[in-house]
Amino acid sequence: MKKSAAFALATALLLGTAHAQEKVTLTVAAFPSLDSAIKAILPAWTKLHPNVTINLQAQQFADHHNAMTTALATGQGLPDVMAIEIGYVGKFAEGQGLENLNSAPYNAAQYKKLFTPFTIAQATSADGRFIAMPTDIGPGTFFYRKDVLDKAGVNPLTMQSSWENYIASGKKIKQKTGAYLVNTAASVYNLVIRTNLKSGEGIYFDKQNTLLVGPDNARFVRAMTLAKQVRDAGLDAKIGEWSNEWYDAFKKGTVATQFSGAWLQGALQNWMAPDTKGLWRVQNLPEKGFASWGGSFYAVPSKAKNKQWAWEFIKFMTLNQGSQITAFKDNGAFPALIAAQKDKAFSEPVEFLGGQKARVLWRDAAAKTQPIDVNKYDSIADQILQTELTNVLEQGKDVKQALADARAQIARRAR
Amino acid sequence: MSQRAAPRTWSYTRFQQRFAPYLFVSPFFILFAIFGLFPLIFSLFLAFHLWSPLDGVGNWKFVGFENFQLALGPTDMFWKSLKNTVWIGLLSGIPQHLVALPLAFIIHHSLRRFQGTFSTILFLPYITNAVAIAIVFATLYSERLGILNYLGGQLGLDPVRWLGDPNLVPYSVAAVVFWRYVGWNTVLYLSGLQAISEDVYEAATVDGANGWQKFWYITLPLLRPMMFYAFTLTIVGSMQLFEEPFMLLNDGGGSGGAGLTSAMHIFNTAFRDLDMGYASAMSWLLFLAIFTLSMLNNYLFSRDGGNR
Repeated sequence: MKKSAAFALATALLLGTAHAQEKVTLTVAAFPSLDSAIKAILPAWTKLHPNVTINLQAQQFADHHNAMTTALATGQGLPDVMAIEIGYVGKFAEGQGLENLNSAPYNAAQYKKLFTPFTIAQATSADGRFIAMPTDIGPGTFFYRKDVLDKAGVNPLTMQSSWENYIASGKKIKQKTGAYLVNTAASVYNLVIRTNLKSGEGIYFDKQNTLLVGPDNARFVRAMTLAKQVRDAGLDAKIGEWSNEWYDAFKKGTVATQFSGAWLQGALQNWMAPDTKGLWRVQNLPEKGFASWGGSFYAVPSKAKNKQWAWEFIKFMTLNQGSQITAFKDNGAFPALIAAQKDKAFSEPVEFLGGQKARVLWRDAAAKTQPIDVNKYDSIADQILQTELTNVLEQGKDVKQALADARAQIARRAR
Repeated sequence: MSQRAAPRTWSYTRFQQRFAPYLFVSPFFILFAIFGLFPLIFSLFLAFHLWSPLDGVGNWKFVGFENFQLALGPTDMFWKSLKNTVWIGLLSGIPQHLVALPLAFIIHHSLRRFQGTFSTILFLPYITNAVAIAIVFATLYSERLGILNYLGGQLGLDPVRWLGDPNLVPYSVAAVVFWRYVGWNTVLYLSGLQAISEDVYEAATVDGANGWQKFWYITLPLLRPMMFYAFTLTIVGSMQLFEEPFMLLNDGGGSGGAGLTSAMHIFNTAFRDLDMGYASAMSWLLFLAIFTLSMLNNYLFSRDGGNR
């Protein structure tokens, strides 16, 4: 294409002159703790581009995404670079306010193979636009208290082999040590619905926007049934995540296992339960269920003032191995960039996990995680199903009936 | 042919006299138009459209009454949230007035010396930050670490899941709302009591009325306007309940959505699901519900008052 070639040349020239003299201020909007990673990388950026000042605007997680939603709706107050968390990237992708990085002058298609594959799908809209570059990922992993399992005489590999064995081991743990198997039965449900998806399927909808939830879907039936079994056997502590009880359970070892993103290790070590150092181990999720658990992206709003420098900045954050390693060392942000995952830091043992070489495990898990299609009605489906799950767990509602009701409710809302 | 009036000379004084008043009152109207009137009309417009803010301004689709039908459909969360709202409203609202009224009476008649102190103490919960309240109550209610279950345990009771059991959630939330607004209502009633002339009570004393009779035959009827005002505030406030359950139970409304109020559901629909049209339609339905209840309250009060 002649036109894009000319545009690329113009861009290159512009950048060339900008390098030389022009003073630029680039607005970057982010949320914690991504902002901390950006701050850690900034000195390297400033060294390379002394004329480009970064104006970092960090707000709390929900505030940031609400502000970005409003800014995209009105086209006012948009930053040059917008950080987006995994929970929002699907919704933002379906909107029209972000640059399609597939097209010129970005031509990001050439970089896609450099990233852990499933993240690319997360940032791609249903009509094929690629709206954000991945920076960090959260490989799903299975945390367990080695001391508790040892005391109960339970082999962690048995727990990993099947969900039935997981629950059977849980009964043994409860009986021998008094510890609960898991924080809440909903954790089991949440994991089962997210794993072993067929190609072209999202969690709740498939590629053609067909609703998958229902009494005939084996994945949802099994997820709710297993959760119900956990609850009925008294194996869950009935505590929510990010609550005081949750942190307390980590500190005291009253809950034996936890499914989470690899990032939980950093949180446990830094503030949740630093005194439990050496007592935790990780392994892959039950039944070879590989799942993505968190992740962050950078996008360029279509109405950004300084798209060229925004793109330069994003490339520096996501494609530069040094930046990715800095972010990893700063707050454990697991690099989306495959080359950065080959850094020697990854083969080092993790002291907190009793010297286990956990990062290699996580790297393999990330490579095996399949892309999941996202849908703009995911959050509606999620809320309706969580309510129905509670009806099953707390009020003894029939699983098939709950799924039929959920299906009817979601179908009405997904218009 | 009419002659054109000669242009009168411009005079600052006359300009000032004619236009300055408009200029001085304009800030309110300008602000109201931007932050009051415009959102009102825009939300009415959106109630008949399907729109996600991420599609950008202008990219809305007309859907007629679909949003309203959706909200009024039998399976939707809106009914459940409305039911939750009314139930929590009754659980917190009725005790508020049953306690506030006698309390105000006692303070007014027996503890008059400490009236200022009492008013201040009673008013404190009302002006305390909702986040602080939520943190304190979440700690009190905590199943394993909370003081309520600790005290219960000392008495040999099993731990209660105050914020986890869907059947208990409305009571737990209502208790916080009660605690927060009972003082506000007491202060309202206190000011109402102060407006009642002492002569009436003196006359009653002369006639040999006891305390109960004074309360029942003098205080209550004369307090009627203030009661109407306080009831209306409670109805409107209860129907719009958001802060307390949102902070205590997070945005999902707790276990099984048992504490999901209509305002929370509307907030979620708008800002999490990005379905602005549906959220607007529900807002208008909620407005209608509040309007109806207020009118009912008005009717009951005026009818009763007319009989006496």
